[in-house]
Order: sequence, then C-alpha cells, then structure tokens
Amino acid sequence: MKEFWYRFYKNKLAFAGLVILLVFLIMALFAPLLAPYDPYQMNPGVMLNAPSSDHLFGTDQFGRDILSRIIYGSRISFKVGIISVGISLFIGVSMGIVAGYYGGILDNIISRIMDVMFSFPQIFLALVIMAVLGTSSTNLMIAIGLVYIPIFGRIARGSVLSIKDSLYIEAAKSIGVDNLVIMLRHILPNIMAPIIVQTTLSFGFAIRAEAALSFLGLGVEADVPSWGIMLNQGKDWMEMAWWNAVFPGLSATLAILSFNILGDGLRDALDPRLRNDID
Amino acid sequence: MWRYITKRILVAIPVLIGISIVAFFLIRLVPGDTITALLGANYNPEQAAVLRTEYGLDRPLVVQYFIWITNVFKGDLGQSFFTNQGVLTSIIERLPVTFELMIMSFLYSVFIAIPLGALASLKKNSLLDYTASFLGLLGVSIPNFWLGTIFILVFSLFLGWFPSGGFVSFFENPILNLRYMAMPSIALGASVGAVVMRMTRSSMLEVLKQDYIEMARAKGVTQKMLIISHALKNALIPVITVLGIQMGYLLGGSVIIEKIFSLPGVGRLTLQSITNRDYILMQGCILFVAFGFVTINLLVDIIYAVINPQIRY
Repeated sequence: MKEFWYRFYKNKLAFAGLVILLVFLIMALFAPLLAPYDPYQMNPGVMLNAPSSDHLFGTDQFGRDILSRIIYGSRISFKVGIISVGISLFIGVSMGIVAGYYGGILDNIISRIMDVMFSFPQIFLALVIMAVLGTSSTNLMIAIGLVYIPIFGRIARGSVLSIKDSLYIEAAKSIGVDNLVIMLRHILPNIMAPIIVQTTLSFGFAIRAEAALSFLGLGVEADVPSWGIMLNQGKDWMEMAWWNAVFPGLSATLAILSFNILGDGLRDALDPRLRNDID
Repeated sequence: MWRYITKRILVAIPVLIGISIVAFFLIRLVPGDTITALLGANYNPEQAAVLRTEYGLDRPLVVQYFIWITNVFKGDLGQSFFTNQGVLTSIIERLPVTFELMIMSFLYSVFIAIPLGALASLKKNSLLDYTASFLGLLGVSIPNFWLGTIFILVFSLFLGWFPSGGFVSFFENPILNLRYMAMPSIALGASVGAVVMRMTRSSMLEVLKQDYIEMARAKGVTQKMLIISHALKNALIPVITVLGIQMGYLLGGSVIIEKIFSLPGVGRLTLQSITNRDYILMQGCILFVAFGFVTINLLVDIIYAVINPQIRY
C-alpha cells in the first residue's frame, strides 16, 4: 500500500488528474453553495450576454447563467457516472467471476452473452437502449450501465482464470470453504487492481456517454442542466454566442481527462505490468 | 491458417445469431408496439388490428422472429413505415457516406498517429514526446461531438474555410467532397488517432528494449533500417489490433458526427429511425451496424493471425 501511494504520488500527471477530479467533486457536492445564480432562473434582460464579471461564463439564450448551469451539470455527470458504473461494475464483475470460477457451460453461456454485447459499438448500443426505454435520467443510467457490463465481465473473468489454480484457492476448496465465500473473500480482493483501473476509466466513458446522448436529445430530460444538453442548445446560438458551445464542452473534456489520467496513474501504481506508457 | 480462419468464422456465427435476437427483441420491448407508433394520433383499434395482421404482428414472437430472420437471409430487411422504402436499399444508399467518413478518419489516424507515436518513442522525454503524449491524452478525452462543434465554430463560422455541414459525392465533385468531409473525419478520427499514437509509442518503447534490437545495432545496422525494419515492423503488430477495434468505434461515433455535420450516412439514418419511431428501419440499422462491427473484428483477427508469426494455429 505504501509503495502504491509512493508510486502514485510520484506520478505528477496522475496527481494533477486527482486534483481536477476533486475540484469537480466539490462542485458537484456543494453546487447550491458555489453556483452564483439559480441554474433554472431565466432572465430575459441578460440573454446571450458575453462573459463578464457578473456572469463569468456568460449567459444562454434564456438569460440563464452558464457557470451555474455547469456547476449543477457536474452533479448530473457524477450521478450518472456513479450509478451507471455501479451497475456495470456489480453485474459485470459478478458475471465474470462466476464464469471464470465455474467454467464449463456456465462460462460458455456468459461469455457468449458478453460477445454479443461486445458486438455493438458502445455508444450505438446505449443509443438504441435509450430509444427503447425512453428519455429520462434513470433510463440513461441503466443504458450506460448495461453497455459497460461486458468490459468488467471480461476483465474479471480473465483475472479469475489467472488465479483460480493458485494454491490458496486449492487450499480453501480442500478444507470445504463455500464457493461463494471463496469468490468473495479469496478471489475478489486479488483481482481488484485491474477492476479499480477500469472503474476509474469507465467514469470518464460514462460522463462522455451521458453528454453524447443528452447532446443527441436521447439522454436526460431537456430542462436538466446537463453538459450535453447545454452543448446541444448552445450550438444553435454559437455564431452569436460562442461561450454557449465552448464552456460546457470544456467542462466535459476536463472531467473526462481527469478520469483518464487518474486511471493511467492508478494502472501504473497498482500494477506496473499493466502500464500503458512505458517510461 | 485456414483452420484458424474457419474456426474464427464459426465462433462468429453464434454471435451473429445473438445479434439478430437482440435486434429483434429489443424493438419488441418498446412500450406499445410499432403499429401504435405508426398510427400515432390517428390510432383506432380496428385499423391497428388490420395492420397487425398485415405485418404479422399478431403471431407469436418466436414465429415473427423466424419469419424476419428468414427474410433477412433473403436480403429483405423489411420496409420503412414512413418512407415505404426498403430498409436495405436505404442503408445501401447511405453507406458510401459512412464508409468514406470512416476511411478518411482511419487514414488521418494512421498517417499522423503512427509516425508521431514512433517519433515520440525515439525521442523519449523530449518536448516532442511530451507534446505527443499531451495530444494523446487530450485526444482520448475530448468528446468528438464537442470537437466537431468547435471545428464548425472556428473553421466555418469564424474563418469560413470549410462548410459547416452537407455532402457532395466524391464522384460528383472530389474537391468539394473533401472540403465537406475534412472536419467530420478529423473530429471522428481524433480519438482513434490518439489511441493509436499512444499504443504505437508504448509498443515501440517495449520493442526498442528487446535484445534483437541491441543485436542489430551491434551488427552495425543503420538507424533508419533499425527503426523501420526491426523496431516499427514488430511494434505495429499490437497497433493493428487496436486499429481494428477502433474501426468499430468509428462506426459508432459516426452516428453523432453525421448528425452534427448533416451528413446523409447510416448513423444519421439510425437517428432518424429513432426520432420517427420507425422500428423496422431501426431494427435493420441495428443489425447492419452490429454485423459491420463483427465483420471488422473478424477481418482484424485474420489479418493479425497472418502478420503475427507468434500466433499458432
């Protein structure tokens, strides 16, 4: 653990990622305290105003403060991220562990289901699921969660296969430890490293997917201050008011970037064998 | 080799069956049914019953699936409720646009990302390396729909260099076609390029540490020869796998890019089918895109097996 923290702390980029992420997290948690204006409050007197000391990021076509909407937008992004990644993490890892541990026909069935889910481009599958379920925040979290299940499934299954013949697993089996206990207490903690890395990276994917689907009008409800919705509405006015299209996208990019560099840093710190960039 | 290819194709068959089941039953999960959507405000039970019988929607789901899949094998994906045009015809009409978009994005990624990744690895910890790494990180993080929007803002609205949307066939006017396709393909290819660049860099760094590179160097092989023939050739093997996977993502990403740049491709057709609740067309698009994705992955696996001598059959 000490070595992990040392390696992580030494990685300046990953540390920067963590700091940016914390800023977004604080924004999401304390949005009502930090936002200078009500994000829903329309004000015809200041429609499409350029960034100024009153409105740091300017205002939109209804006179709503863009900075306040971005601050509240971080709540949507994090909420969708946490719940959708939670869904894929729980279902994917469970399926992966069961498939890897039991093998045989169960493994075959689960792996083929994963293969079929992998046969669709992720954003495309999420789009189709949203089309079927209908536009709402809950459905969006379900759609994104479902799409990323096979990634966690494959990682967990692969990791289980690499350790399931280990002596300590054999020993636990030989003294009659229950399979569920073996999976939860002996296997799960030992396959956590790649899962933690994937979870971090998946937050970035989920934020991007939320913004993309909302941008297409198939994500959260139209009145919700999501970065994707803001960008979708802002692009129609960008010839007159560039700030409408620039700041929401910039926020999404920074949030995704922070998860990506944090994920890379965690990968390096947790398991140097998994390194993406070899120094 | 042929055994491997046959085996790989056989593995794809259950996946394709699974895809057809997903494409068919996913649409059936829609609240109400396609006829309710088709009739909309003009819905009346008698007319709906007639249409259900006409389209075979009153029969058991499993029977409907087998009728549908038999027709799919005959090349009949059904007819759009809204345009009355054959689904396959609509897709084939739009395919050249999506295909061109994907190919151009792919070419940008390959011709910029691979040399940049290789150079970054050769000049490790230099300004070039840091710039390339930063661009790589930015590329994988920046959402393509935002990049596209910014391109329109800067290069169309402010500078007026490129049209903000629309399409002209390459065979009609090649220059104008390239002007229309430049921004969408860069916006779509940016993330793929970033992934490929990062992969090339790390793969090259791995290869450059190998003993055979030292050996070649000791034997007096020139630097240029060493990099191109010994290092890059081997480093590109994992890059090809990544490129293949990314080709599939280009297919998914094209949905958004085609919408932003008003390109009449398969992605936009899918979106239109979703907006119009044209379920037969939507079903066809799902099947087509997933089939394309599986085919690309299959081809990549085969190419990988051909070029990688380490794979045993």
